[in-house]
Parts: sequence; structure tokens; C-alpha cells
Amino acid sequence: MSNRYIPHTPADIKHMLDRIGASSVDELYADVPEEVIFRGEYALPEGLSESELREFFNNLGARNRSLKIFGGQGSYDHYSPSVIRHLLGRSEFYTAYTPYQPEISQGTLQYIFEYQSMISELTGLEATNASMYDGATAAAEAAFMMVASARKRNAVIISATVPQRIHDVVRTYCKFHGVELREVGEKEGVTDLDALREMIKAGDVAGVILPQPNKYGIIENLEGVAEVIHAEKALLTLYCDPSTLAVLRSPAEWGADIACGDGQSLGMPMQFGGPYLGFMSTTKAQLRKMPGRVVGATTDAHGKRCYVLTLQAREQHIRREKATSNICSNQSLMALYATIYLALMGESGLREVNALSATGARYLYDRLIESGKFTDPFKKPFLKEFTLATDMDIDAVNKKLADNGIMGGVKTGENLISFAVTEQRTKEDIDNLVTLMLKED
Amino acid sequence: MAKVMDDRRYAESHEWVKIEGDIAVIGISDYAQHALGDIVYVDMPEVGDEMQAGEVFGAVESVKAASDLICPVSGEVVEINEALEDAPETVNADAFDTWIIKVRMTDAAEYDALLDAAAYTQLCENE
Amino acid sequence: MKNYDKLIFELSRPGRKGYQLRRNEFGFDALDNIPAELRRKDSPELPEVSEGDVVRHYTNLSNKNFGVDTGFYPLGSCTMKYNPKINEELASMPEFAGLHPLQPVETAQGALEMYYNLQQALANIAGLAEFTLNPYAGAHGELTGLMVMRQYHISRGDTKRTKVIIPDTAHGTNPASAMVAGLEVVEVKSKPNGSIDVEDLKPLLDDTVAGIMMTNPNTTGMFEAEILEIAKLVHEAGGLLYYDGANLNPLLGKVRPGDMGFDIMHINLHKTFSTPHGGGGPGSGPVGVAAHLTDLLPNPRVRKMEDGTFTIDTDDRSLGNVSTFLGNFGVMMKAYAYILSLGCDNLKNVGPMATLNANYIKESLKDLYKLPIEGACKHEFVFDGLADKSTGVTTLNVAKRLLDFGFHAPTIYFPLLFHEAMMIEPTETESLETIDEFIDVMRKVAVEAAESPEILKAAPVTTEISHPDETGAAKNPILSYRSLKQQQS
Repeated sequence: MSNRYIPHTPADIKHMLDRIGASSVDELYADVPEEVIFRGEYALPEGLSESELREFFNNLGARNRSLKIFGGQGSYDHYSPSVIRHLLGRSEFYTAYTPYQPEISQGTLQYIFEYQSMISELTGLEATNASMYDGATAAAEAAFMMVASARKRNAVIISATVPQRIHDVVRTYCKFHGVELREVGEKEGVTDLDALREMIKAGDVAGVILPQPNKYGIIENLEGVAEVIHAEKALLTLYCDPSTLAVLRSPAEWGADIACGDGQSLGMPMQFGGPYLGFMSTTKAQLRKMPGRVVGATTDAHGKRCYVLTLQAREQHIRREKATSNICSNQSLMALYATIYLALMGESGLREVNALSATGARYLYDRLIESGKFTDPFKKPFLKEFTLATDMDIDAVNKKLADNGIMGGVKTGENLISFAVTEQRTKEDIDNLVTLMLKED
Repeated sequence: MAKVMDDRRYAESHEWVKIEGDIAVIGISDYAQHALGDIVYVDMPEVGDEMQAGEVFGAVESVKAASDLICPVSGEVVEINEALEDAPETVNADAFDTWIIKVRMTDAAEYDALLDAAAYTQLCENE
Repeated sequence: MKNYDKLIFELSRPGRKGYQLRRNEFGFDALDNIPAELRRKDSPELPEVSEGDVVRHYTNLSNKNFGVDTGFYPLGSCTMKYNPKINEELASMPEFAGLHPLQPVETAQGALEMYYNLQQALANIAGLAEFTLNPYAGAHGELTGLMVMRQYHISRGDTKRTKVIIPDTAHGTNPASAMVAGLEVVEVKSKPNGSIDVEDLKPLLDDTVAGIMMTNPNTTGMFEAEILEIAKLVHEAGGLLYYDGANLNPLLGKVRPGDMGFDIMHINLHKTFSTPHGGGGPGSGPVGVAAHLTDLLPNPRVRKMEDGTFTIDTDDRSLGNVSTFLGNFGVMMKAYAYILSLGCDNLKNVGPMATLNANYIKESLKDLYKLPIEGACKHEFVFDGLADKSTGVTTLNVAKRLLDFGFHAPTIYFPLLFHEAMMIEPTETESLETIDEFIDVMRKVAVEAAESPEILKAAPVTTEISHPDETGAAKNPILSYRSLKQQQS
């Protein structure tokens, strides 16, 4: 019966059954109807030893190919400093439960406080929650938060330039929750602000979700937009990439009420799509409508500074069906990831990451345009990610690249291709990419 | 036993209403503040909001509980107690002396239909 | 370091660095091309610290934490098992960690095969047809599962079914998830023993009911023996049955939710399948459905092709997307490694041994703690505080005193059925010796409560901090270092 994870010896079992007064473990299931007792075998092999398990995953891993990444669209190949892996590997962090017992969870509570502080510095907004699942669900939660805040208004406007995968999740959430989601179109690669100025006047709009940078990688100029939205008593959510906030005008500087997005760009492994990190910040005025856990600083009975989960009366375990969100966990360990990354990089490191990435991207952009095979339909400012039009067969090109150990750009439309370049890509990598793409077969 | 005052009427959801002309002054009862414990936040509507009787107009929160505030009468919110934003604990200190919102009533009969002090005392004893 | 109390910001010194990046080899800086009106004016104030500062700081923080590797968590409904170390190592293999979610499927066959096979294994363990692994956590799984429930009725044109029945003992997330999914919650009362009152359920089952959401064993740890009757009634009324997988652990090896009549369920991989809780996440909340609901699962989907290869596609009948990509892939790898380690043989012992541990604790303490529900429990059970109510010692006092003895507290004041609820769940990974030690401490605390209750009321006294001011924290929220500095000045 004993296994390396289940310590019970036959003697233990007998001792325990005697104390309980039962003759067998099966007797503890006597109240379960006979018809539902599982008498079969699970369709699984017998338990593997650790060495067999390692071999199994090695074989599985061999069927994946590690590529040089030139795609983005929500997942970016930024460098992850070694220190992070080591600190995240401390089991006092990763085997801990949610910090409901502050007396024995100051480690978790303090790093979440530091995380909140750092994200608030990047967004410029006073209050940040302890994190959410991913950027897309954070955007959906922001839509609900704007509706909850507006009380009697039930429509949310989302820009057509919000990344598609984010848009898809927001649409699903709104459809079921009964929030009316309206899309404001795009013009020349950015949100059609004239159309937005009209749509905002409908009278039932609780808020607007705009991207920064947008799905094409373009940095949108949102000058005066927040004022128009606020004049109609609606709120503005900016969906942004936290890594870029070291250089780009902050959500607070644009006049946003809520900032959200995905923290993966803070050096997190791409990991085939997760775990990543949803973040959300808001103003002091909207703080009590913000979903998710929040950590606050306080003092203990001896006057010692300490940290606790706070504003819990808003949350699902207290308010049940009256809560504005059902979120229960956060991505705590990924918040620690972001915290350590930002501590290591600081403002100057993060700015350098942006400079190197954007410069690599610009170099690639120039080479592709020079080739005559690509055109820029928009000609707007971008950082690490940009979108070009081409008549080339994108799928065929990408297949050729994959055969040569490269992930090319992501096909985002019939003839549109989106590239992302991080600080990990060298000039040689880029030259190699371009040469392969242009090579006639 | 929590205090009940007979100069006003009560909703079953523990709000009190005191009439000043056509204005209904609304707060929560001593019983309610006691049940909630230390109040840390009072969520209030905006001046100018239209309320229907029975509609949620805000919430009171303690560290580990929250309770919706239900408007006992219909009308327009004409004033909110802004002092509560910085000092929500005054509700605990004296619930009957601490109003939360003032509403210009559209239907005086709604007030008459509320519980009087005796009926409300009975209600609290049964809970 | 003893009494270490710095924030990372307080270690910051202008000009100090914890990074070094490669040199710019392009001969220009593209940031110069970004127009000034798009650039930020206020610099974010991030710490300026060295790599060594960072390592020592977070190592010291880790020392202020309690985890499964530190000690026992008798935490009801949370299934805090041992987290195998090999699983952490496997999940960070570069062959998986370095995969971009949109790289060509031909170059990610190992990852897709893992996803597909884990999905199949869960379907087999649950007695259902198919799983999506996309949901990120238990609550996210609940939401996704309830979306499946609604989508099922909508797809049949039965749009009036907008109510979901939830027992009053349910986890708090259940009604909250229902609200987010746009469903109206109807509460069904439980009997004094915590089970659903079938007579109370019957009149609720009209043609506006989308389904029922329940867990079995329920949150008092008791098996809902009338489950087949409940399933029959709900199905006859045209509703679906949702199983909250938070309490799946005792059923491993014994009962499959699908065989009880459940149509939809979620599994918390971070509970039943041993992936770490991570101080609050990341978790993973796969959702499984019966055969008639598979088309409705969220996009994107992983499919096995006839030639044995794997691909990612979407289905128009799907309820939509609930995640950016394919969910918390790294967490799934750990769960799959755990399932393979146990295998068909050892997996069958998980439920029984968890149940044995729970009953052993219950029987060893029921003379000193009030046991409101007699009979064999499953993986967890509830005490209604101390048996001796004359001491004035509360469940909170007992919970805090346990911290002094190096144990985590149980789940307290839940379920709401009992005023002094104390919910205890030992998992199968805890040995008899650990459990005996816990029992000894619980008995000692009960004696203290009778003899010197002031000790319990002052507890904890040996922890890093004691009696934090939570009222002050909620009244005047200080949520960042910037706001902390402002308060201090």
C-alpha cells in the first residue's frame, strides 16, 4: 500500500482503523451507494519510478523544438535572470497556501505588497491588486468593474485594436454576464477616436477599453481621450504591456482609471502560454470596486510594521453572489516573479530592455521594408512589435523558418504578419531570419 | 439589547428613516452596526441619483463582513454624509446620530408603511 | 538575518544595478524615434539594488513563511498535499518552458501530446468524456463550467433556464461564479447533517432551472448518499449537474463523478493532483463534461488527428474563449507527472488514505471538540468549536494557538452551518506520526482552554508578528510603498 508519496504502512492502517472502530477502509465508504463505487481500473500505466518519469518527459520534450522566437502577440521571449528561478524555487514560497494567516505568511504578504508597489509605479495608479490569472481575464474583470462602478450603465466599448485573444475573452465574459460589449472600429491602424467620441454619448456606457500598444504593436496617441470619456461619466481602462511602461506614457498620464494587462513580458518563461500574470491597477476613487485580493500595510500589537490581506469584505468568500467577481486565487508566485525581475532590472534596466528590443525590431523592420516584399500599411510608432503586409505565402515562409530553428512572425490576417523582437535577438539572428525569409526555394 | 429610538421608522433590512419636511434622512440602526462590528467603509451613492424603494443604495463594510444598504423610500438623493468617507467608525459610535444619505421623498406613504419602534424592537428580538 | 524587516525599496541606492544586458550592436537607439508625447514624463521609482541584495532580501522573506514543506496544514477544503520536487524540475525543462504558445504545432508536438493525454487521463479518472485544461484556477473552472451549462440550454433554444440551485453549505465561490456567469442563485437548504434536503429541492425544480451545483462529499465532509435520487430529479426537470471538484480527493480510487450523474465538473490540479499552491496561485482548473456537452467546451482546443499527430483548433459551437492561450501549461505538467508517478495502482489509494487520516483525527478528538455530525466522514470533517463552551475560547483562538505549535490553522468559520466551525482536512501524504503530533497538540490546546484560557486569547505569541491591526488596514488602506512613505511623513 505504501508509496513514496503515501506513507501508510499496513501496521499504521491497522492502528488507525482500530482507533476508528472500523474493520476496513472500505467500511468508511459504506454510505456510498454500491452503484457508484468504481470497480474498474484507471486507464493508466502502473506508477513510474522517478528515473522512468524523467525519461518519459525527456522523450516528450524531444518532440518539441526550441526555436529562436520572432513572434509575440501576447507572449514575449525576454530574458529571465537566473536569480529568479532560484528564489522561486524556495519551497517556503511555492508550497505556501494563500496568506490568510498573516502571522505565518509575512513572506508572501510582503512580496505582494512590493509587487503592488512596483506595478503602481509603472502604471502611475495608486492601487494595484495582488494579481489575476492573465491579461485577458484581467481585462474582462476591468469591464465588469467599470459596470459595477457606474451602477446603472451596462455597456462597455472596446477598441477593435485591442489584441484579438484579449478581445475574445472579454467578449465571452460579457456575453454570459449580460454586459453589452460594443466595438469601436479602427482607422489607419489605431482606434477610430472620432467614432469613439460619438459612441461615448449613448448615455449607457460605463467605460471604454483601449490598448497601449495595440494589436499591431502601434503606440496609440490618446491625447484628450480620457477627458471625453470622463465628461460622459464613463471610465477608461488601458490594456497595456507593463514592460513598455518604463518608457511609454503611463496609464495615469493618459488619464486612465484602470490599467490592466499581462505581466509575462516581465521576463517570464513563455511556457507554451502559462502560467502568466494578470495585473490590475486603479485610482484611489475606484479602489473599493477593484476585484481580487489586496495586501495592505499595518502594524501588529507590538507596533511592528506588517502586512495583511485587506478590503476582504468585497471578495467572494464573504459576499458570495453579491461579490463583483468570483476570483479567489491569484497568480501569487508569478507576482513574486515579476517583483524579483523588477527589483533586479530597476527603472534603468527595464528602459534598456525596451531600447534593445525596440532597436532590434526597428532594424528588422527596416530590412524587411528595404527588401520590397513587405510594406507598412500604417507607418506609426512602435516598440518591440510591429505588423507588416506582404504578398508572400506566410504559412510557407514560417514552415521554412521552423525547419531552420526559427519561429517567424505570427500571421494575424490574410496578408498581415506580426513580428516581435526582444533584447535576446542579436543582429546576426535578425540577418539570418531575413536571409532565410527572402531566399527563393 | 440594542437601542431603538421612537422618533423614526425602520426597514426590515435595518435602515432607519427620519422625516424632515419632504426629506427622508436615512441611516442604519444600532442593532445593525452592532451586528457588523467595526465599520471600515461606507459605500454611498452620488447626489442626484434616483432611488426606488427597495433598491440598493450602497453598502457598509467591516473587516470580514459587508451588508448592502437598501433604500426604504423612493426619491432623489439630495445629500450624502461625506464625513463618513474619512470616519466610518462614527456609525459604530452613534448609529442614530449618524445619517448616511438624505432623499427627497416622492411618496410619503412609503414612510408610513415602515415599521415603528415597537415593531422594529420585536423584529430584532426575533432575529 | 534575525528580525529582518526591510522592504526592497529601502535597500535602494541611486546608481546600484542588479542586471547587465548585452551591448547595443545596431549603432542607433530606436527609442529616439518615439515622439515625446508618447513617452512618460514621471519615472517609475523602482528599487536600485545589486543581485546579492535581491537574493538575500527574498531569502529572508521566505524565512517568514510557512509552507507544506515546513509543516502540516489541516486546512479543510484546500487539500494541502506534499508537492513532489521532481515535478518542479520537469515543468521547468527548457524543452517546454521555452515554447512560444503560437509556434507552429509541428514544433510543439510533445507539449500538445502532454495536454491531450492529461485531458484524457482526467476524463478517465472523472468518468466524463472530455476535458479542457484552459481554465486557470478552481473559480475560473467553475465559471467556465457554468458557461457550458448556460450555453447548453441556449444552444437548444431553452433561454428561460437562468437559475442554478446551490446548497447553503457551498463554497463561497459557487454563488459568486454563478453570478458572473449570469445565472441567478437559488439556495437549497441542507438538513442538520449537512446533506441536501431532497424534499426542499423538489419544489425548486421547474423549467427555469439550468442545473444544480454541488460537491460530494459536501463541505461538512459527508457523502451525499441521495446523490442518485438528486441526479434523477434534476435531469428529469431538464437541468444539468455540476460537480465542484474541490472535494474530489476522497473519491480517487472509489467513485467517479460522472458515474454519480454529474454532467460538468472542474478539478483543482493544485489540490487533488499535488501542484503547489504557490502562496495563492498559479493553480489550474480543468473542466470536464459528459459526451453531449463536449462541443461547447472553450476554444482553443487540442485535438488528436487520425495520423496520431496533435493540433490546435477552434469550434464554432464552443462557448468562446476564457484564456489567452491554453491555460497554465506549466502547472499541467506537474499534475501529469504526479498522475504518472502514482499510476493506476497507487492512485486508487489516494482517496482511501485521505479518508482514513480524517476519520482517525475525528475519532481522536471528538471527546474534546464538538462533533456536530456523527458517522464516517470522507477526506475532511467539521468540529463546532470546543466541546466545553463555558471557557469563552473561540475557534479563532484555537486556530491562532495552533500557529504557536508550528501547525497551520484549520479552515475556520466555514461552512456557515455551524457558528464555531473548524474544518479539518489531512491529506493522504501525512504520516501517522505527524497526525498523532497534531492530535496531541489539539488535545493540549483544549486543556489550556479549560485551565488558562488567557493563553489562547493572547495567541499567537511565538510567530513573526502577533495580532495585526486589520481594522486599521481596511479603514485606511496603505497598498504601496509610495503611500506608506506619504503616511510616515
